[in-house]
Amino acid sequence: MEEVRIGVYICHCGSNIAGTVDVAQVSQYAGTLDSVVIARDYKFMCSEPGQEMIGRDIKELGLNRVIVASCSPHMHEPTFRRVCEEAGLNRYSFQMANIREHCSWVTEDHEKATEKAQALVQAAVRRVFYHEPLEIREVPVNSNTLIVGGGIAGIQAALEIADSYHKVYLVEREPSIGGHMIQLDKTFPTLDCSACILTPKMSQVGSHPYIELLSYSEVEEVSGYVGSFKAKIRKKARYVDEEKCTGCGLCQEKCPWKVTSEFDMGLGQRKVIYTPFPQAVPNVPVIDRQNCAYFQKGKCRACEKFCEAGAIDFEQEDKLVEVEVGNIIVATGFQTFDPSIATQYGYGKFDNVITGLQFERLCNATGPTGGNIQLKDGSIPRSVALVHCIGSRDENYHDYCSRVCCMYALKHSHLIKEKTNSMVYQIFTDIRCFGKDYEDFYQRLVKEGVNFVRGKVQQVTSANGKEADQGRLIITAEDPDNSKVTQVPADMVVLCAAIESQQDANEVAHILSISRKADGFFLERHPKLDPVATMTEGIYVVGCCQGPKDIPDTVSQASAAAARVLALISKGKVEIEAATSIIDEEKCSGCRICEFLCPYGAISFIEDKEVCRVNEALCKGCGTCAAACPSGAITSKHFTTEQIMAEIEGVLV
Amino acid sequence: MKVEYQPKVIGFLCNWCSYAGADMAGTSRISYAPNVRIIRVPCSGRVDPLLVLKCFQRGADGVLISGCHPGDCHYTEGNYHARRRFALLRNFLDYLGIAKERLRVEWVSASEGQRFAEIVASFTTELAELGPCVKERSLG
Ligand SMILES: Cc1cc2nc3c(=O)[nH]c(=O)nc-3n(C[C@H](O)[C@H](O)[C@H](O)COP(=O)(O)OP(=O)(O)OC[C@H]3O[C@@H](n4cnc5c(N)ncnc54)[C@H](O)[C@@H]3O)c2cc1C
Ligand code: FES
Repeated sequence: MEEVRIGVYICHCGSNIAGTVDVAQVSQYAGTLDSVVIARDYKFMCSEPGQEMIGRDIKELGLNRVIVASCSPHMHEPTFRRVCEEAGLNRYSFQMANIREHCSWVTEDHEKATEKAQALVQAAVRRVFYHEPLEIREVPVNSNTLIVGGGIAGIQAALEIADSYHKVYLVEREPSIGGHMIQLDKTFPTLDCSACILTPKMSQVGSHPYIELLSYSEVEEVSGYVGSFKAKIRKKARYVDEEKCTGCGLCQEKCPWKVTSEFDMGLGQRKVIYTPFPQAVPNVPVIDRQNCAYFQKGKCRACEKFCEAGAIDFEQEDKLVEVEVGNIIVATGFQTFDPSIATQYGYGKFDNVITGLQFERLCNATGPTGGNIQLKDGSIPRSVALVHCIGSRDENYHDYCSRVCCMYALKHSHLIKEKTNSMVYQIFTDIRCFGKDYEDFYQRLVKEGVNFVRGKVQQVTSANGKEADQGRLIITAEDPDNSKVTQVPADMVVLCAAIESQQDANEVAHILSISRKADGFFLERHPKLDPVATMTEGIYVVGCCQGPKDIPDTVSQASAAAARVLALISKGKVEIEAATSIIDEEKCSGCRICEFLCPYGAISFIEDKEVCRVNEALCKGCGTCAAACPSGAITSKHFTTEQIMAEIEGVLV
Repeated sequence: MKVEYQPKVIGFLCNWCSYAGADMAGTSRISYAPNVRIIRVPCSGRVDPLLVLKCFQRGADGVLISGCHPGDCHYTEGNYHARRRFALLRNFLDYLGIAKERLRVEWVSASEGQRFAEIVASFTTELAELGPCVKERSLG
């Protein structure tokens, strides 16, 4: 075996480490350890001069192992591995000791911090001694992309990728793409009509030669890894043949059955065979099986009678489609907080207490009232109160700020002022108008004569105290600063219900092996420097599924993810895990425990030899098999028992 | 003056959730006992009982194994295997004369820096009450 020659580099990280840890002492200590040829400390190891210093030492001193004691390997391991490679070493000759996140930042006592840093360096030195070079393998990147969710986030990403001639599979679970944005009336702060700016993009998606739209579909299973994922998609039966349907709409006209419209947020009705709204993409209706008279009672088939194209197909079944893609973008959006849980707001009790999203439908010319802002009985409200922070910034529900509510409440105020003579009250705790041109919009609304009342709403009651009374409402709010209680009378109350993570976010996270934050939204790789990628290579999160945001931020994030995907496609190949498991066939007893444990089916039993073998292309290096092997026949490369044992000894000296 | 006894703890943290969670404790500057030493493993499923015994043999007073929350394991189910494996080992520890409270299995996600620090604090407090783990050192 060649002589082990280790170089140890202690980073000051300005004062981040050096302010707590005596870096000179640690470096001196490192110099005394076995096989250490050189130990240095430096202001910023990650800087150009720092990197050059390591590269030079590798060449001039013949180092064959390198340790940098600095920040978390999640920050700079790739940087220093690259430095090693550029100087001719295998990247696995490198080890990092985390003396910032796990030491200087979490230890107050300087002496103790220094002692801990020394232990961590000692552990790294002992461990790196056993490191071995691993072969770096590359696989080609499939240039197809899967996008899950067809709101503005998914639409934007799909168009950006498809416009550069790369295939996109866009999966949307509803009958049409569009998401929440297509439900909105106008959009702040410019007040463009939401449908006017969105429908052109939707129809582009519908007719794009590089986009295969799978609407009314859901992803059931994802396997594989970056560059080559496989996804199973369930296309739910629409009972309408997409190929034959001409989108004439006659079936919807003739269908005799009506139910509450989800699209109109329960304020209007739709037919049982329906497209959720007139500009739906694809413009192919679905039959709502639960409410269809033919499916439930065996009689009707009116739609079939009138369909000239013969597109109605009551026999249609769900279809499973399998696609192969290199990257996946998750754009599953949000749902809004259900205010009926918080009974104090009177939602579900008083007819004229509605949510922000219901207001959007009420205001919309294609909505249930043709765009008239009116009360349940059809009359025009004399005063409307917009109540902020429903379910958000509230320790009983969600702690976070929902970010768009202040702005859409201002937008609603403007629309009420424009369309009626009503008094408008904004009942808020703080006004947050942080985006570009948002402050101007706020100032404009102040001038338009909206009444701003500071207070956290305690309850909404009827003016005459009667439960069933549907007349005037009273909103009681308390100023958070001085506890002063104010009462505001209103005919209509609009609750700004929080944006929250989708009900099935957990299942989606599970299918895609991505994580969620405690607040339910999908977790990005880094909150500041990588807000688009996830911990799983090749999977990206965009739009409101990653956190509440407005349309401009959603579009920016979607474009960013598209750029990331295109970058990988243009590179054409991706490195796969080199730290896989390997089985020593001499030691293997053929018990097959590992085969049963492997989540990737990477281990198979070789019948004639009666031993197990790892398929390295499928192995992702979790090491579960190595930990379970009763014969100690499995080595988890780069996390070998020898290496971890050495590390244990090191930290405990 | 009596020097306060500070138990030595080894934490095996999975790379994807708990290690990042401990990073988050650092980024948020939440301090915890300095005798807690973290070893990065790809997944909680990689930790085998031998490694844990080695820690006790080498003088650790407590061992923490922390992975992603159930259902969140980066490799789908490594944490389930870890959970089962260490439930068994804990009983076995008692048999060896090592209090089973000295081995903890926890779930900490990448965003739970605060939770990580709290777990460490409660573990070190509990270990301090148990006192140094001397018995098993003689095993080595
Ligand atoms: C009342 C209200 C008013 C607003 N007004 C404005 C405004 O004026 N200006 C502004 O900038 N922003 C506004 N917003 C914010 C805006 O709605 C969001 O920024 C935007 O809709 C986010 O888009 P998205 O694509 O991330 O999510 P969504 O619009 O929620 O789209 C997600 C899509 O994914 C689909 N989906 C979900 N789960 C799955 C799954 N498992 N499989 C397949 N498909 C799935 C959904 O059906 C949906 O089509 C408003 C929000 C609200 C609540
Ligand atoms: S990766 Fe965290 S427990 Fe498996």
